[in-house]
Amino acid sequence: MTDSEQISKITEIIEAYPKDQRFALAAMQDMQHAFNYIPEEGIAALSEYLACAQSQLYSMATFYKALSLTPKGEHIIKICNGTACHLRGSMNLVTELKRDLGIEPGETSEDGKFSIELVNCLGSCALAPVMLVDGVYHNKLRVDQVPGIIEKYANAGAEGGEQA
Amino acid sequence: MINGTEKILVCCGTGCIANGALDVAAALEAELAARNLSGDIAIDVVRTGCSGECEQGPVVRFMPRDLMYYRVSAKDAAAVVDSLEGEPVKKLLFRKDGEFFEHMDDNPYYALQHKVVLKDVGIIDPLSIDDYIARGGYEGLKRALTMTPDEIISEVEKSGLRGKGGAGFPTGTKWRSAASYDEWPKYIVCNGDEGDPGAFMDGSTMEGCPHAVIEGMIIGALAIQAEEGILYIRDEYALARDHIQHAIDDAYAAGILGESILGTDHKLDLSIVRGGGAFVCGESTALMQSIEGKVGEPRAKYVRSVQRGLFDHPTVLNNVESLASIPIILREGGEKYAELGTEKSKGTKVFAMVGKVKHTGLVEVPMGTTLRTLIYDIGGGIIGDRPFKAIQTGGPSGGCIPESLLDLPVDFDTLVEYGAMMGSGGMIVMDDRSCMVEVARYYVDFLCEESCGKCTPCREGLRQMRKILTDICEGRGKDGDIELLERIGHMMQDASLCALGRTAPNPVLTTIKFFRNEYEAHINEKSCPAGVCAKLTQFAIDPDKCIGCGLCQRACPADAISGERKEAHVIDPTKCIACGSCREACNVDAVLTERRPS
Repeated sequence: MTDSEQISKITEIIEAYPKDQRFALAAMQDMQHAFNYIPEEGIAALSEYLACAQSQLYSMATFYKALSLTPKGEHIIKICNGTACHLRGSMNLVTELKRDLGIEPGETSEDGKFSIELVNCLGSCALAPVMLVDGVYHNKLRVDQVPGIIEKYANAGAEGGEQA
Repeated sequence: MINGTEKILVCCGTGCIANGALDVAAALEAELAARNLSGDIAIDVVRTGCSGECEQGPVVRFMPRDLMYYRVSAKDAAAVVDSLEGEPVKKLLFRKDGEFFEHMDDNPYYALQHKVVLKDVGIIDPLSIDDYIARGGYEGLKRALTMTPDEIISEVEKSGLRGKGGAGFPTGTKWRSAASYDEWPKYIVCNGDEGDPGAFMDGSTMEGCPHAVIEGMIIGALAIQAEEGILYIRDEYALARDHIQHAIDDAYAAGILGESILGTDHKLDLSIVRGGGAFVCGESTALMQSIEGKVGEPRAKYVRSVQRGLFDHPTVLNNVESLASIPIILREGGEKYAELGTEKSKGTKVFAMVGKVKHTGLVEVPMGTTLRTLIYDIGGGIIGDRPFKAIQTGGPSGGCIPESLLDLPVDFDTLVEYGAMMGSGGMIVMDDRSCMVEVARYYVDFLCEESCGKCTPCREGLRQMRKILTDICEGRGKDGDIELLERIGHMMQDASLCALGRTAPNPVLTTIKFFRNEYEAHINEKSCPAGVCAKLTQFAIDPDKCIGCGLCQRACPADAISGERKEAHVIDPTKCIACGSCREACNVDAVLTERRPS
């Protein structure tokens, strides 16, 4: 996406909402969705549109977990750390990912391919432990299955892997 | 004979979808089309909400014959369609003691439940307003439209309904108080920010029967005379959000929402606000801040939200399950609803039962049902028939309940007397391989991340508790740590600004109360009795029990296990990372837990 494309997308997102502070979170979520993060230009434009301080928007962007100020990797790996998953060994999956990718939850791999997120309960406790890669569920996952899944995504490029 | 009234219900709740339910539904449709059964004598494939037993999903049910199949895969489609007019597919049936059963109620998991809130969930197509109406939907609203606000509130008061988000505040009282302020606009808000880890009752309700929540909100709006309502739904619940939005759109189209509710001069607009992924936003005042487009920090409640809530106007905030209980109360009367439950806790409660229990899933039972019934009769007991250790209720605000209290009735008040709570409905079952200190640390860790940081007791208290608990789990615990944890906990209960901080010490205080010996083992003997804390534990294989099957070797992520087939295997302690995968994999209980030498 070029800079001008980005600016016009930002404008499109913002102007879909009335000029009212109560839509700040929704507009930022749309930006997060469109760009995988909230660009600086997005905050600036939104603050001007809503006539509110940039600092207010930054404090929201850092407060809400759904928002991020830095770009995420091509593939987003979410490890559910809800109680059911935790009891059934979700942290072992995190340790394994660390061994495979060299990154911790919240980080993005150097090649920009993967981000790991430790997320709150996804409501699929019967399938614990659960790992999502780009929204695809890998259920009742065992540690020894992790490297195979990662490899598939690493090789598949931008199209992503198939469902396990 | 197939006569055209048949339906195949495919559970498409979040759990079953993750297990491939959408593929199953598509395969069934393709199979029906291929046999031209979709012509004159159409059999509909209905994608329903969560039918409950997520562990056995995807669940498929053929109606009205009530033939229920479990763990169905797309490959079974042909056999399932074959069986519609013939013998059932045995391998997909419920099986008990070597016998096969066809009907839903043959399975004790369902037979012992009593569905009120979930009565349509798993039966209807959540995307069809007609399905909802056909089962009595919006009848409660029609009745409410003939009543005065005062009469509606009286009906809810008669039902004895209490807020099912966990606090248990009487819904009728809340509505009456909001109705008493002559100040407009007023708002009705649905709290769909279900953030407790291990809880998915509200998500499943919104997914499976969105119109019940909407009908409840409309009735509430009539009672307090609000003309705008907002559903605040958690960011992670994409499917619930889609279904609610779809239901809102349909309700507008049907003249149920908008300028004129069913032709009357009442009006109501409903919209969704998507949560931002912050646990604290489940707290009422933080939730309202978030809707206003601000950082979701709670405020002190000198003035209640019913007087000055959203945008400083009178606001009623109800939980999803409470709102979904309203339509039936209006339809059948408050007294009928109050027949269920205990003296002070009326009606039913939905629980999400997860963890080390055999039948994980969604359960609705009358208030007052015992934990033992829930875990053993409905849940089928502990996985692998291991010993029960504790059940954690109420999420990070709740407590751990030991076996000695399993026969207590579960309602709003009883568990509180014993230092635990029912909470919003999350129930996590733990066996002897769950470490209670580690569980406490897990919740404190969670809350540390989720505390908004506004008030010092919560922010700093949690941080200090996390440090102490981590030390204990990693073998650095010392004398006095338990007492210090208790002191910090009591301070937080007294001094925190909102309910998050005031209840945050509960997991720590209840585990200390009921499982103090585990804390002491960690501190004094530097050992973890459950074999969970990696720094204190190592694993070994009992050569007498090991049958050399190689399951542990395959499960080991560290390549620490070696051995020939059919001969006893050995763990190399220098490579072992003490993750416990081998113990989980072993079918003959040959993996021993030992104290790791320091």
